[in-house]
Amino acid sequence: MFYRENGQFKTSYRSDQQIFAIAQDRWAILALIAFAAIGVPMLADEYMFRAILIPFLILALAALGVNILVGYCGQISLGSGAFMAVGAYMAYNTYIRIEGMPLIVALLAGGFFATLVGVFFGIPSLRVKGLYLAVATLAAQFFCDWAFLRIGWFTNNNASGSVSVSNLNVFGWSIDTPLQKYLFCLAFLLVFGLLAKNLVRSAVGREWMAIRDMDVAAAVIGIRPMYAKLSAFAVSSFIVGVAGGLWGFVHLGSWEPAAFSIDRSFQLLFMVIIGGMGSIMGSFFGAAFIVILPIFLNQFLPWAGDLVGVPISTATVSHTEFMIFGALIVWFLIVEPHGLAKLWSVAKQKLRLWPFPH
Amino acid sequence: MKLRQLALATTVAAAGLASALVSTMATAQTKEQFFPVLVYRTGAYAPNGVPFANGYVDYLKLVNARGGVNGVKLSFEECETGYATDRGVECYERLKGKNGGATVFQPLSTGITFALTEKAPGDKIPLITAGYGRSESADGGVFKWNFPLAGTYWVAGDVIIQDIAKKAGGADKLKGKHIALVYHDSPFGKEAIPILQERAAMHGFKLSLLPVTHPGVEQKSTWLQIRRDRPDYVVNWGWGVMNSTLLKEAQATGYPRENIYGVWWAGAEPDVKDVGMGAKGYNAITMQHGVEKGSAVVKEVLDKLHAKGQGTGPKDEVGEVLYMRGLFSAMFAVEGVRQAQEKYGKGKVMTGEQARWGYENLNLTQPKLDALGFKGVLRPVSTSCADHMGANWARIHTWSGSKWEFSSDWYQADEQIIKPMVKAAADKYAAEKKLTRRSAADCQS
Amino acid sequence: MAFFLEALLGGLMAGMLYALVALGFVLIYKASGVFNFAQGAMVLFAALAMARFSEWIPGWLGLEDKFLGNLLAFALSASVMFVLAWLIERLVLRHLVNQEGVTLLMATLGITYFLDGLGQTIFGSDIYKIDVGMPKDPVFLLDSIFPGGVLVNLEDVYAACIAALLVVVLSLFFQKTSTGRALRAVADDHQAAQSIGIPLNRIWVIVWFVAGITALVAGIIWGSKMGVQFSLTTVALRALPVIILGGLTSVPGAIIGGLIIGVGEKLSEVYLGPYVGGGIEIWFAYVLALVFLLFRPQGLFGEKIIDRV
Repeated sequence: MFYRENGQFKTSYRSDQQIFAIAQDRWAILALIAFAAIGVPMLADEYMFRAILIPFLILALAALGVNILVGYCGQISLGSGAFMAVGAYMAYNTYIRIEGMPLIVALLAGGFFATLVGVFFGIPSLRVKGLYLAVATLAAQFFCDWAFLRIGWFTNNNASGSVSVSNLNVFGWSIDTPLQKYLFCLAFLLVFGLLAKNLVRSAVGREWMAIRDMDVAAAVIGIRPMYAKLSAFAVSSFIVGVAGGLWGFVHLGSWEPAAFSIDRSFQLLFMVIIGGMGSIMGSFFGAAFIVILPIFLNQFLPWAGDLVGVPISTATVSHTEFMIFGALIVWFLIVEPHGLAKLWSVAKQKLRLWPFPH
Repeated sequence: MKLRQLALATTVAAAGLASALVSTMATAQTKEQFFPVLVYRTGAYAPNGVPFANGYVDYLKLVNARGGVNGVKLSFEECETGYATDRGVECYERLKGKNGGATVFQPLSTGITFALTEKAPGDKIPLITAGYGRSESADGGVFKWNFPLAGTYWVAGDVIIQDIAKKAGGADKLKGKHIALVYHDSPFGKEAIPILQERAAMHGFKLSLLPVTHPGVEQKSTWLQIRRDRPDYVVNWGWGVMNSTLLKEAQATGYPRENIYGVWWAGAEPDVKDVGMGAKGYNAITMQHGVEKGSAVVKEVLDKLHAKGQGTGPKDEVGEVLYMRGLFSAMFAVEGVRQAQEKYGKGKVMTGEQARWGYENLNLTQPKLDALGFKGVLRPVSTSCADHMGANWARIHTWSGSKWEFSSDWYQADEQIIKPMVKAAADKYAAEKKLTRRSAADCQS
Repeated sequence: MAFFLEALLGGLMAGMLYALVALGFVLIYKASGVFNFAQGAMVLFAALAMARFSEWIPGWLGLEDKFLGNLLAFALSASVMFVLAWLIERLVLRHLVNQEGVTLLMATLGITYFLDGLGQTIFGSDIYKIDVGMPKDPVFLLDSIFPGGVLVNLEDVYAACIAALLVVVLSLFFQKTSTGRALRAVADDHQAAQSIGIPLNRIWVIVWFVAGITALVAGIIWGSKMGVQFSLTTVALRALPVIILGGLTSVPGAIIGGLIIGVGEKLSEVYLGPYVGGGIEIWFAYVLALVFLLFRPQGLFGEKIIDRV
């Protein structure tokens, strides 16, 4: 009853084609954005910002990028961590090598180079697909890990191979405090979220989905598989690259290739699958779930142990964390293979009638 | 299906709610000095991370058993980093404000050290990186909050070359020799390169660099190259499973273990014990201490903690190399607080900023160390504004097949070589960060 | 020349070990269409079980004989792997029938995390030793022809022999026994196999058990070579290029692929590596497989029908 679209008539093409066709959705999203921009800064403390909210925003952005490739275009990639690394390192090089380079341009440049690398490693997708492609994209992962460790130019010839940035500022505002960092990332996520949402509704997005659902049929109706696949790789790695830049610049401040290891690639894929493939909203759900769950378990387990009077050692906590994390993933896949986004849409469906089902 | 989805939704909601609860659980302000402990008790580096963590925690417990620091009790909390930088940063954020504020962080990972070096000055929390981290952070003029106490990697590299030179019969005999550096391909491993290159240019020996990818179990091609090039010495800059793999490969290749030198993170029991006799003759540099089962402090730990069932970890590992490393790292952390209390008031809880002063003005003389139970284990350590390292002595010990035994006298790193390198690297860092060197007035504060 | 031979031999030996891990992947993929990322975790789990049981059993039973202790530990570890296979079928696979490949892949990643945690909880996270009496010291052959001889590692030779033996046993099992025939039938067509009365669920348990045994053997060989420790899980990543090179569905492909990858990465590292800074072998193996894939998408021996674009 709270979510009923009765009486909302679409009288123009414009209103028929808007992103959120239902008034309740529009208001809910606006309220959510307002809450994120105004409410959260008042409620959250520094720890929430630095350890949970900022990583969540950045990884949600990365998951969004991966979702375009995996969820919308059906090309499984295990090399997303590498594209993040390319984004971070190239943004770093643009930033320090060119005097007076604005931060945002540097981050976008990182995304641009990630696009190039992404398209290059996307070429095998023209020949193979499915699990073979997944393994093939690992080549990107290992190659980038190696290149950033070994080629001195990328790290400005630092002896240790670790790079760092500081004194970030945008248009004269410095990005220093957790709150400023949070808002900066939030702005990126909103802009890219909107772009991505519109992109997947457009002709390009429909081409991707056609390729995903059946590539031969898509080719028959005149979609060029090469163009569609490579454009998905390009858009996806651009977003992932920008997210990588943010991860290095804003979240870590100082990083080495290990920050973008294969574990990161798996993590992003987890986010997409658990959140829901082919759903922008799902990327956010997935990122929230994967970011919060380990931190939550890590804090909850000792607390629960204290409650029942059993002190739990750090080792046990982290082993249990592994086990619960693994078990939950399997359980999720069994119970809801379409991810949290599906759960969300079921809930919306229910809300149409609830609480008066008759 | 309906019921399942309901259960799923409930779980998600409950998790969300509970996490909000847990993270906002108020922490009462206590009159205890709080020491966060970043550990890795799981994952690829656990065999080396566990004994260090046990030693660290045991020493904090021991100080409490001794009555605290001028009556101030210590509290601590462990956080698992898994040797991963992002987990380490999360731990740092979680613990830095807890229980009245963290005194000092010791991440035991060069990667995490790099990340925290950027964050610590803003939060006014010092970092102790005893024997690891950035070598140039010994320069306190630029790195105000970093304390690589009792040795940096450049000290280690320098002393290893000194011992090799001594074995070869003098530094001039190094000319034309060939030394291979097998290193963990990470910031940790790469720290060794500058000092060895410097020494190579000085003495005219050939240095070849052989990287080993994380975690270090794949070294076959590395050892094929060693077999081909037949270097006179191999320097092992490894951590975790890489060390034991290296020794096994050396055995399988027939390379004499006597000519292999390990850094002080590659010279402990977990590195050699499952190789056993196969590692006989393997040398490693020590950070002053070796296996110190007979020392007074170890006896005290056994007596006051393990005998009462309050010890951490297995009893028979107390006094082993990495355990001692943890123990003496904790000792530095505590002694800095004691020193700070001299200035800011005895019996008070020190803030991170006050503790930093303590670490900068450490003056651990031999009598003080002896009183703490470190007689014969450590040499005096005294820091200053310019020198955040405090001591640059080291020894070599050798694996006999069943235990580590000291095989050299004390060496001191050559400051003639290291000082300019530290200064140059620190200046480069300062220029990159647009920092200025601390003024003389800042040193007084 | 002597050095080239050594590198070649080293590559072949390493390749045999990769093949052993790849075999586990192929077996499961053939029979159940699951790309089992958990193979690496299974190797670690099995090796940990073996290492710890061989340490504990003499204490429990008061045995003196090391051989008997190892044998008992092997039997016990094998039964642990059986229980594991049964549980995976019961709790995971049964509920995921007819899901897409990527969902199943994710499920095995979940299993990976679970096994990593479980193994370390039960067996500890230190470095453990498996001592099955493999010789550790090298021998030198052909002294008379080359100065210094050609270094051969007896341990590697033994390991390669064991791996070869396992492959022979497995192929006999697949070709000659009725269970093997049932397995092949399931691999060809699930529904047809089911309709002639082959119990799918039992077949899955068997195939995961067989993969568990290969994991155990691989774990023992690698464990005895480099100690049983968490890093063993990474051997799975080394085996992935092998299976795309050899084809996901081919047992001989896994062997040949393993040998090609093993030789390719060793030779590239020792001859090419020094020019670009070293450490190239991991990505070189992947790129080798990738280039190969571009020309022959189904792998060396893979079935032609698989998704070509």
